[in-house]
This record gives sequence, C-alpha cells and structure tokens, in this order.
Amino acid sequence: MTLPNPLDDSNTHRYIPNASADIAAMLKTIGVDSIERLFDTIPADVKLDRLLDLPGPWSEIESRRWFRGLAAKNKSAADHLSFLGAGAYLHYQPACIDQLLTRAEFLTSYTPYQPEVSQGTLQSIFEYQTHQCLLTGLDVANASLYDGSTALCEAVLLAQRVAKGRNTVIVAKSVHPQYVETLRTYVQNLGIEIVQAGWTNDGRVDTAALRAACTSDVFAIAVQSPNFLGVIEDYDAVVDVATGAGAVKIAVVCEATSLGIVTPPGAHGFDICVGEGQAWGIPTQFGGPYVGFMVVKDELKRHMPGRLVGETVDVDGKRAYVLTLATREQHIRRAKATSNICTNEALIALAANMYLSLMGKAGLREVGSQCLQKAAYLRKQLAAIASVSLPFSGPIYNELVVRTPYPAKEILMDLEHEKILGGIPLSDFFLGHDHDFLVAVTELHTKEQLDRYAAALTAAVARERR
Amino acid sequence: MTTVLEPEEVATSAKTAARGGLIFEHSNRGRRGYQLPPLDVPEDAEALPPSLTRGLIDEELEISEVGVIRHFTRLSKLNVSIDAGMYPLGSCTMKHNPRLNEEIARVPGFALSHPLQADHQVQGNLELLWNLEQALREILGMPAVTLQPVAGAHGELTGVLLIHRALARGGNPRKYVLIPDSAHGTNPASAAFAGYEIKELKSNARGNVDVETLANAVNEDVAALMITVPNTLGVFEPDIRKFADILHAKGAYLYCDGANLNSFVGMARPGDMGIDVIHSNLHKTFSTPHGGGGPGAGPVGVSAGLVPYLPTPRVERRADGTFYLEHHYPDSIGRMRAFNGNFGVLVRALTYIRSMGPTGLRRIAQLAVLNANYIRARLRGHYHLPYDAPTLHEVVFNDKKQQEHHVATLDIAKRLMDYGFHPPTIYFPLIVAGALMIEPTESEPKEELDAFCDAMIAIAAEAAERPELVRTAPHTTPVRRLDEARAARQPVLRWRKTR
Repeated sequence: MTLPNPLDDSNTHRYIPNASADIAAMLKTIGVDSIERLFDTIPADVKLDRLLDLPGPWSEIESRRWFRGLAAKNKSAADHLSFLGAGAYLHYQPACIDQLLTRAEFLTSYTPYQPEVSQGTLQSIFEYQTHQCLLTGLDVANASLYDGSTALCEAVLLAQRVAKGRNTVIVAKSVHPQYVETLRTYVQNLGIEIVQAGWTNDGRVDTAALRAACTSDVFAIAVQSPNFLGVIEDYDAVVDVATGAGAVKIAVVCEATSLGIVTPPGAHGFDICVGEGQAWGIPTQFGGPYVGFMVVKDELKRHMPGRLVGETVDVDGKRAYVLTLATREQHIRRAKATSNICTNEALIALAANMYLSLMGKAGLREVGSQCLQKAAYLRKQLAAIASVSLPFSGPIYNELVVRTPYPAKEILMDLEHEKILGGIPLSDFFLGHDHDFLVAVTELHTKEQLDRYAAALTAAVARERR
Repeated sequence: MTTVLEPEEVATSAKTAARGGLIFEHSNRGRRGYQLPPLDVPEDAEALPPSLTRGLIDEELEISEVGVIRHFTRLSKLNVSIDAGMYPLGSCTMKHNPRLNEEIARVPGFALSHPLQADHQVQGNLELLWNLEQALREILGMPAVTLQPVAGAHGELTGVLLIHRALARGGNPRKYVLIPDSAHGTNPASAAFAGYEIKELKSNARGNVDVETLANAVNEDVAALMITVPNTLGVFEPDIRKFADILHAKGAYLYCDGANLNSFVGMARPGDMGIDVIHSNLHKTFSTPHGGGGPGAGPVGVSAGLVPYLPTPRVERRADGTFYLEHHYPDSIGRMRAFNGNFGVLVRALTYIRSMGPTGLRRIAQLAVLNANYIRARLRGHYHLPYDAPTLHEVVFNDKKQQEHHVATLDIAKRLMDYGFHPPTIYFPLIVAGALMIEPTESEPKEELDAFCDAMIAIAAEAAERPELVRTAPHTTPVRRLDEARAARQPVLRWRKTR
C-alpha cells in the first residue's frame, strides 16, 4: 500500500493547517529532508506500514447523516414521555447555560494551573464550592469528582485515612446499587470490607441492623437520601448509631435538587456529603459526563481528594483565586496522594454553578417543591389503581417504587407501546423484586402527563390480567 | 468636572470596578433568574413532614438572567483558550476542538437518552459505543477495549486493577509496580490505589530507561512496569519490545500510559510493541474539549490474556446485528463507575475519528511532530536543551541559560502571557530542573509557531537585558502574580456573607 505523501496538498485536512509550502519551509529549518525522518527513533519493526482500517475522512455532511441516523435508532425522552430516574433525572435546563458553556474561553481552556490567565475558571470553581457548602450545610467542597459513584468511593477512602486501623464500612443496601458495585471495585485490593444493612417496610434503612453491624472495626457508615427506593432517610437515627460507633458519617445524594427542600446532611451532623450533581440541569446523555461533588467538615479538608480553589490576592492586593492545598494531590505527593484524580468534570461543575446561580434560593426551593408535590400527586393516583400497590410507606421526594401483580418488564413494555418510558425494573438490581419498578417525577411533568401515566398503567394492569 | 481616562486606565478601571466580583455579590433582593410553570396539581401541605423540610438557603442568591449572563460572560473573558491561540502545555495535547463534535453530542436522541434504558431502546447508543471500541482497537492494535473509564487516571486505575486481578487468578498478585522517574504523578497514585507499592526506575542520560536497569529490577515480586511512550521528554523508548520480553519472561505486565499517543497515532500501534494495557485520553489525542479541567475519558485497551477481567457491562453484538450490554463476566474486576462512562465525550471522540479518517489520523502525528521539532530547531540556540535525544511531539527546554541572569522558568512562563500565549507546562518532568515542556500539536499553523518562537526569543533577550521586567511579569493580565502561600496558609475555600 502506498502511504499518503504529507507534501501532497490533496492530503491536507480542515483541522490541520500546515500545507506543503509550510512543511517544506519547516523541514528546511529543522534540517531534515522529510517528515518520516523525524520518526526514525521508532523502531522499524513496530512502525505501521499501512493506513489504519477505518472509515473516513468524513465531511460534516457525511458525519451528520450517519450520527443522526444512529440517534434516530434510540427511543428516548426526545420522543417519549419519560419517568426514568434512579440516579439520572430529566430536569429543566435553562437555555442560556449551554450557550454560555460553549464559549471558547470555558470550553477550550485547560486546568487552571496558570492563575493569571485562568481567573474565569478559578473564580467559577470557587463559586461552585460555595454553592455546594450552602446546599449541603457542610464546610468545604472540592472542585468536582467524576460522578456520584466515584465520589462515594473517594469518601470511603477519605474516611479510612482518618479512622486509622479500622477496615469495615457499612453501606445501606438502599444506596444506589451501581455506586456500591463501583465501591467494591475501588476497594478490592485495599483490605476494606463492605457490610450492607437492609431496609424496613417504610423503605428506610434498618437502624437495628445498622446497630448490630457496628463492630469496633467499622470506620464509616454511608446512607443515601432520598435513597434508591425514593424514600427520605431518617438522618438523625443514622447519625445516632454512627456516633455511638465512632464511625465517619457519609451521606450520599443522587437527586441533587432534593437539597432545595429536604433538610441537608450538614444540619444532621454528617461529616461528609457526596453525590451526583446531574440533576442540576445536566442532560442525562446515557450516563455522562455528570459531576460528582464532595463536601466535608472543616477538619477533614486536608484529607480531601481532588482540586481545591482558594482565595488570595495578587501583588497589587487585588482579590484573586488559585488552586491550593495541592500537597494532597498526585502531581506533588505521587503514591502518597489522597487520590489519583487529575482530570475532573470542570465544565459540568461550571454548568452546575450557572444553574444554581440562575435558579437562586427561590428557584431551588420551587423546583424541590414542584417535584415533591407532583410526585405526591402521582403517588395518590397510583395508589388508587386496583392491583397496584406502593410497597414502601416512608416519605418520598420525587421517586417511588410501584408494584403490580405482573412482571415489571411486561408492564413497562406495555407502557412503551404508549410512548411512555414508564420506569426502571428493580429486578435489575435486587433479587425478589420482579414485580417492582422505580418511577421518577420532576417539575417538567404536567398534571395531564401524570394522569396519562396513571391511565396507561391502569390499562396495562388490566391488559395483563386478561 | 469630568476626568478623561487614558485607554489603558479605562481598561484597568473596568476590570477593578464593582462589575467584577463573585456571583453572590450580584444578588439583589427580589430579583429572579428563572420561571417555572405554575404548579398544576393540588398542593398537599403534608407531602413532606416539617422535620424534613429545610428553611430557605440562608444566603443571598437572587440574580436576574441578565445578571447571570453578564457575570459568566465577564468571567469567560478572564481565561485564555485554544480558540484564541496556541496553548502549548506539554503532555496535555491542547489541540483544536471541532464544533461538529459539540453539535453531534447534543442531538436529542443521544442527549436525552437515559443510562438505565433497556437495550432495545438504545440501539443507536450501543452501536455508537461498539463502533468506537472497534476504532480504538484498530488504532491501538489491542484485541479489546473498555470505554468505561472517564479520565486518564481512572483508566490507569482500571488497567492496574486488571493486572492485579489476572496475577491474583494465577495465585500471586505480587507486590510492586515499576515506574520511571519521568512519569506523570497519576501513575504512582493509581498503582497505589490498586494495591501496589512503587519502585522508581532511574532514567538514563537520554531520558530513557536502560534495558539493564529494567532487567535488574524485574523479578517475581514485580507486577508491571508503567511507562509513558514516548516519555514525558517526548523521546520514544527504542527498547520497548525488549521491555515487553523482559517483563513477560518473569510473568509481569507492560502498562503504557497513552497520554502521548498523539505523537504516533496512525504511525505505530501499542499492540505491536508488546504492550499489555494502554489507556488513551480522548480529551488529548481525540480532541474532546478540556473544559477547564474536564470532562475527559480514558478508555483502556488490553492484550488477549486480560480480556476476561475487563469492567462490566460490556457492549456486544449479536449475529442479527443488534447490540446489548453483557453484565455476566464472572472474572471481571467489576464496574469502574455507575452507568456507561462519559458517553457524551465518547460521542465527540468517535465524531472526530470519523472526521479524520485513516489519512487524517496519520497526518495528526506527522504534523504534531513536525511542529514540535520546528520549535526545537528555532529555540535551541536561545534555551538550554537538557536532553538532546531526538524528540517527537514535544520538546523540553529549561532555564539554565536564563538563570545566569537570575531569571527562572516561572518568570519566562509568566512573561509569555504578556505576549499573548499560554505558557508551556513548567517544572515537569521532575527529572529536568526548571523544565519548560512545549507541545504545540498539529493544530498550529506555521505563523503561530513563529509568533510563539519570536516571543520566546524576545524573552530570552529580555532576560539578559531587562531581567526585572521578566521577573515581575505578567504585566498585562487581569491579575498579576498571586500570593499562593497565603492561599495555602490561611485557606479561604468558600465565599461568606460579610454582615
């Protein structure tokens, strides 16, 4: 196969400016006669003597055609009425956020290692950190982690660093099961044992089981609220058990808009709050990029993973922002760092900052209130359907488990035929829950849509009965 | 009487005036930046028990949409970016971020799909992921790829966990991972979190690892060598195949940090070098925007022996051409993250790979290496080159010559800002005192490279003739040098209302 000649201008590409005249002049300055000579240090036996076997190069026209064709093969909230949640929620996305986010100065800049030319990013992170503190009622937030699941992992690792010599963490069974799976992966070689505590009939963590599991080896207890079943936990009861055991108290929040109306973990005495910020107007986009957050009590700040931005002044005394307490981090501390994280989710944290700033204290309250009220309305409508039951009696925010006498997957398929993405089967996560599915409601749903859902579920149950 | 300001004073006063400040300082009672439709269901006053209901967030946060847009637009203007000009951060591959990628990632069928939908509802997403896996397999020359890791360091952790699991299945996970002294800090950190102790390997005078150094270090306690190819000096490891043989003979693995893949994409393949595990930073080689520090993605390619241990779920294709997520791999290390990785980043990367095609991918490496060598040729009389070996996509100078005038790397970096350039990576790799690590990428046209080199040469002259000017730089940026010690000594990590 003949390989393309870089000096032949029929091989230039729209993303790569230099053409043959530039290349020839540059080679002359370098003092070599061809680009290939610059690759002489790669041994011949590992050099590729052919082109990669891939399609392209495609024009924008060809790419649009193919990728839009793929997107059209999906069924999604773009063309269905969706009630999907379980850690990823469809909320209102203010129009200006994406417009601001795609400003080149935000989109195409890098980690703000040079503060004099990165104040935009640095100040935004400082604001984001402040928002996290206000919402969770805790003292110090970092610049972001990958997502909620890895934020839980980092919280557990942080807790173990603090509680030296203990090796067991108790994680409620009602913490998002994929978060727990991720945690198992993270700690598999670190000598940490994960013990799970189940739930009672109200869907809240079984505090008796929690207390029973509290051996002297337990260094942390982690619960999620609203939990994976949609139920708001009794934080005080959990804190009571954890304090008795001398364990670090970790709260997990998967539905971040709940922080606008439900009492925050900091007010109940939790040491660490971690969670997923996707609900703050970030598209669900099949799972990412999202933004993990971590907020801790002040005394834990030097154990934090990830970047932190602090306030200082420049030589003229002008207020300015800078990455700080970096001696915790991998580029300084290497194998002894508090985490291996480098690249985080800065742009998504910026989007969250914009969302929280636009909504303001009234908007965050109203989103929370509307989610709560609409879920309460749907809960009543569903409870009234013959042969539909709601297995958990505890207080909910915007999500609930629905049970029918029929396999959840069949019911959900019936709803799909009505162009409704009606829920997520619990059997994907827990044994013995074949008839249960999770239904999420947000401020985007109208009463008419909620009624339509109740009607469609009524019809689906009736159809299965025949 | 009105005072007429000089243009520079106007600019300064605009920067320092009350129009700046934190978002919280723009709050005014009663303003709003949002509107929701009125609640259309009957209100249930008992929906949430009072004991679970919080009070209003106790800080000012009342800003109009106009206020929010102006605030963030002004903030953006305090950043420099790749769209404004060359951003030559070594090891970071700051290349052009095509806007087509942004458009495709926002197509509603992708953007509004949910991570827990049934496989039959997301055939388009799964087909896209499968195609990206195939493309990366071909580019890397590796038999299998996982798309789950969401950053380079996340990929490293995945890769070392895979090695640990494979060795543990053989009866002994071993104790040590070998890492050269020129490595990124994430390498030792990732290996430590995967359960290993680190042994550092000394680089030789060329910045490479000697075959003997490695051979002496490898024994039955060693799990792997983690090495960056080409290394952080931009020098290819000529003995990479021998490294693989030495490691494999002792049952150990060769891990490649793929941060520098941009230098040889389409020209050579890690799989042909005997590499067992490689992560690739899609936000580097494959153009997904850095976004001020993320998001990224760090897919991992593995050799055949490690395939059973890959994270779950995995995308698979049935004989009828449909796709599904397979969760059942009993030997898997497990899940690295909830859901399906940074899908939006993966969409952008595949869009880019299709835009480039095989000829374009090869041209990336060729022009990136040409650009770096052009800078090297133009600057080598003006700055000291501590390692003289031929380099690929980046070049590392230092401040040895300028130190004669008591001008340091940090000063040179700051002075570059006055010339309108983002500085290179500085003081890394650690094996070079006062390193200035320059990576132009293929995105820079010759005239931009010339402007950068002219600026660097002018700064070298200033260092000799007006060193104070360089030592006190930058002079034209929104803020000047910061008191970083104060930030760390008395940390102020959030805004508080001053009452």
